[in-house]
Amino acid sequence: MQYHAPANVKDAVKLMAGSKGATHILAGGTDLLVRMRSGFAEPDNIIDIKRIKEMKTIAKDGKGFKIGAAVSAAEMNEHAGLSKTWPGLVEAAGLIGSTQVQGRATIAGNLCNASPAADSVPAMVAAGAKALIRGPKGIRKVPVEKICTAPGKTVLKKGELMEAILVPAKPARSGDAYLRFIPRTEMDIAVVGVGICLTLDAKGVCTAARVSLGAVAPTVLLVNKAARALIGTTVDDAALHALSSACSAAANPIDDKRGTKEFRTHIAGVLARRAAVIALNRAKGKS
Amino acid sequence: MNFQPGKDALKRSFDIVGKRTPRPDGLDKVTGKARFGADMTAPGMLWGLILRSPHAHAKIKKIDTSRAAAVNGVHAIVTAKDFGPCPDDVLDIRENVMAREKALYDGHAVAAVAATSRAAAKQALKLIEVDYQVLPHVTDVDEAMKASAPVINSKLFTKGLDKTPKKASNIAERFEFGHGDVEKGFKEADLVVEHTFKTEATHQGYIEPHACLASMGADGRGDIWCCTQGHFMVRNVCAGLLGMDASALRVTASEIGGGFGGKTTVFIEPVALALSLKANRPVKIVMSRSEVLRASGPTSSTSIDVKIGMKKDGTITAGDATLRYQGGAFPGSAVPYGAMAAFACYDLKNVRAIGYDVITNRPKQAAYRAPGAPMAAYAVESVVDELCKKLTLDPLDVRLKNCSTDGSKASYGPKFDVIGLKATLEAAKAHPHYKAKLGKNQGRGVACGFWFNFGGETSVSLTVNSDGTVGLSVGTPDIGGSRASIGNMAAEELGIPHDKVRCIIADTASLGYNDVTDGSRVTFASGLAAINAARDAIGKLCARAAGIWDIPVEAVTWEHGAARPSSPNAGKHKPMTLAEIAAQAGATGGPVAGHCEINAEGAGVSFATHMVDTEIDPDTGHVKILRYTVFQDAGKAIHPSYVEGQFQGGAVQGIGWALNEEYIYGKDGKLQNAGFLDYRIPVASDLPMIDAVIVEVPNPGHPYGVRGVGETSIVPPLAAISNSVSSAAGVRMTQLPMSPPSVLKALGRI
Amino acid sequence: MFQIHVSTSINGDDTEFSCEADETLLDVLRDRLGLTGSKEGCGTGDCGACSVIVDGRLVCSCLMLGAEAEGREIETIEGMAEGQKLHPLQQKFLDHAALQCGICTPGLLIAAKSLLERNDNPTEEEVRYWIAGNLCRCTGYDKIVRAIMDTAKDMRKQAKPTKAAARKKVKA
Repeated sequence: MQYHAPANVKDAVKLMAGSKGATHILAGGTDLLVRMRSGFAEPDNIIDIKRIKEMKTIAKDGKGFKIGAAVSAAEMNEHAGLSKTWPGLVEAAGLIGSTQVQGRATIAGNLCNASPAADSVPAMVAAGAKALIRGPKGIRKVPVEKICTAPGKTVLKKGELMEAILVPAKPARSGDAYLRFIPRTEMDIAVVGVGICLTLDAKGVCTAARVSLGAVAPTVLLVNKAARALIGTTVDDAALHALSSACSAAANPIDDKRGTKEFRTHIAGVLARRAAVIALNRAKGKS
Repeated sequence: MNFQPGKDALKRSFDIVGKRTPRPDGLDKVTGKARFGADMTAPGMLWGLILRSPHAHAKIKKIDTSRAAAVNGVHAIVTAKDFGPCPDDVLDIRENVMAREKALYDGHAVAAVAATSRAAAKQALKLIEVDYQVLPHVTDVDEAMKASAPVINSKLFTKGLDKTPKKASNIAERFEFGHGDVEKGFKEADLVVEHTFKTEATHQGYIEPHACLASMGADGRGDIWCCTQGHFMVRNVCAGLLGMDASALRVTASEIGGGFGGKTTVFIEPVALALSLKANRPVKIVMSRSEVLRASGPTSSTSIDVKIGMKKDGTITAGDATLRYQGGAFPGSAVPYGAMAAFACYDLKNVRAIGYDVITNRPKQAAYRAPGAPMAAYAVESVVDELCKKLTLDPLDVRLKNCSTDGSKASYGPKFDVIGLKATLEAAKAHPHYKAKLGKNQGRGVACGFWFNFGGETSVSLTVNSDGTVGLSVGTPDIGGSRASIGNMAAEELGIPHDKVRCIIADTASLGYNDVTDGSRVTFASGLAAINAARDAIGKLCARAAGIWDIPVEAVTWEHGAARPSSPNAGKHKPMTLAEIAAQAGATGGPVAGHCEINAEGAGVSFATHMVDTEIDPDTGHVKILRYTVFQDAGKAIHPSYVEGQFQGGAVQGIGWALNEEYIYGKDGKLQNAGFLDYRIPVASDLPMIDAVIVEVPNPGHPYGVRGVGETSIVPPLAAISNSVSSAAGVRMTQLPMSPPSVLKALGRI
Repeated sequence: MFQIHVSTSINGDDTEFSCEADETLLDVLRDRLGLTGSKEGCGTGDCGACSVIVDGRLVCSCLMLGAEAEGREIETIEGMAEGQKLHPLQQKFLDHAALQCGICTPGLLIAAKSLLERNDNPTEEEVRYWIAGNLCRCTGYDKIVRAIMDTAKDMRKQAKPTKAAARKKVKA
């Protein structure tokens, strides 16, 4: 196995495109090293992107943010601007693993690992985030919900790497929230994850919403029906009930050691309601 | 003179014992200096790795190691062929340590390699070709008992039946305990409740994986460094398996990162020794976490029927239990202990407990803290709880009414001596926890538990240094802080400051035999032996003083750390301190030491009452522990901080067992959650503070009244938490773990 | 495999080592540098027994390659005491009997150190969530949490006189 630590993006792309055998990007390493240890990944080349300055920074991107692919969840939580604007996204990142894991793990890596249960992905989708992908042919921006095609598989082509996550400007009177269900209080893989972002008008009526579910399908879901349950309402009890039902209906989970179909389907509805209430309060300016 | 249990008076007032002194091995442990199993190296050391069966049940037709042997850096490969004849009592261990004709569970060791690097060993492992013929498997205890189940051992015929069956089965043995007439007793009851309970297998969950470093010489002598609860056991078993004399093998116990019973046997040590013998170099083997879960010794999964009859006034008229435990692929589950402990907290006229020891295609079980008892208590205490609810009786009052007391005939036969169950119940009743207000979706549960506690073979040596300090060598590995307590007992007896005594764990060449650290025996037995050894030394010190003063030895007494004339008639002699006598030891006959080798008897049983409040989230089934209080009888708490530690640790293991821990097997018989991610032990944020109330009803069998405390603390929690959740949910929970999906199911929400 | 040469700093000491590309920092610490204080409990980042601090950040050393240590500042349990002077956390762990077998103790001390460097007044809940990635099987965490909070209390007390003195200065 060869280890490379390029100093800039250009070199990283060159390495990605030119390397022979199984080539993996190393950001936080909290997924890759685990897979290497269990034999699920046997890299021939590892490209460590943490020496690339722009990948380690959170920069303003217009009124939004550009979160470098090597920025850790802990660094996101320490960024005052990002935490204030997108608390749901930042909290989601802060739920990945333990304090130790958050010290290394990145949301770009979380996305590229393409686990159906990734914690930061529903929150990114709810926020309308896009992935900035750079390859030999240049850059492209892809909505996060379109990145994963199946468990463990993404749309990244040979030679491409994810350079940053682009989080849009937050519309006025908007709030985002992410909740997940786990059996303990920390450390577990999400059994269900729900990310919601909603926008209200001056009268408190919801004008836009994005509802995203994780761990209940092979890839993250963006549930338009659930969003429509909120749009045009004041997010009252009836709307929340419709939201819950839509989310349970959209869930298409498997039975596995972390949860049964029935359980996940039920919890998707429960968490959607709870997440919507938090997002609503944030949109109203309450904490 | 050794302490005579039941005859000699107990010491009641103490200078050192009972104080929270600093722990002697603490500094090394907070600085990272302490050396655990995997922390040792040796010159020329090789790394050993074990190849494990991917099948739950399979015939091993052929193993071809030729390609593996060709890997550069490989110095030895072993299979079952390298383990020859051995004593009968370790035949099962030999087979578990390395599969012979069949792989009996997913993870069963089939071969091992020693190489100059882990990478070379890993590569070699991949090149070992094993020809398996997959066989049908069974992992569930009830399924394994059916006539249609695949028979795992064609030579296993159920013991303990009136007639030995002609057909082999997976039922190794039937046990029965009890007295009286349960049918008559049920007829006397106003209400009879019966349920079947199921619990899943759990693992002790020690954070330190098994690790050892074995070094064999061409002269047939060897050394082992390993983390273990019993290095004398390791020596004897490994010597037996490798055909060595016990004296040829010296085992040193490293610091141990948790055991809880799981390290009272061997898994990798004989393999490391066999590799080292072949390679003629030291071999280090460290289990990975996944190997620990797949291939060390979890506890049994169980299926238990309990039927109890109660009168309206709360009198229990009869108790009947049938317990089915699977202990993995070999006989020897803890079902007899479970059957004996099931009703131990109750003084019953009519009681019966039948146990079935069943084998399955799972790893060979090992002890887990009060083995067998937590599951039995779960079932019995749940039914008692339900009877109390249905008859609208207070659960503590019912237990006070029926509880075992001094002189009660235990359900498993003997009469109890002085015991502390009532004291724990009264403490529970008087505690503010019992009056704390409960809110919506909250419930309170109480349960009692019991453990026998053991004495066992124990050897201790106490040396008096010429400067008056003392060295104490014990042979029981310290898994919980016992060095502090044992040293303090010796210091107390000698009358010297506690920091003048240094207690170490000596190797197998330095002491007589010591049974493993189990049965909550160490503070009791090594402590008792240390006290006896101190008294032995005191006798010799008095004799030296008598010689110096030229008076009869009977005229010398020992008080406050000094020899003194026992009466004015003996003459006017200034007391001589231990240090003063020790300084003259060379001139008065040589070094002074005391020792004690006993098979300790008089271990006192320990009872506990646990109280827990939980809150359930009715929409998700999540259970939150709100309050937890442990009331347990310690006899005499030598070091209260470490007694509290045992109470808290056992309670939290019980919380994990009750709520989230379980072995999950797929239909293919393979373990699906062989890691700490999906084998979910409690994390700090899952828990509140655990209040520990030490009750002291001295044990007449120990000079200071000590009772073992390590195991009883895990016996009540499964039941207490289940009773609490059942109360909060309004429905009786009958399966563990009570993970969120099962709670929601019980609530009828899914 | 070709070994990689790494220059790093461990507990303030300049350190060089060579390792395979796929060796973890934990493997390097334990097997190449003889720093066996950090423990492997799981190798998958689920138990925290291997916790170290890298450039001021609490991480699992089993989730880092040795190669990634190039140019970093690494703190392990071996560097927590200053000569004979124990770190207040180490002393409080002893005082509170916050360890039984001691295998999780190095990881927990490092984790707690990291917490108190950021927050000298954590609530019980904050402490519990911070150390959730450090598994302990012996203690049930009760005495560990007490030890950490007691250390924080002492640290705040010691910080106070400085503030008071500063105020005095300003007044004068």
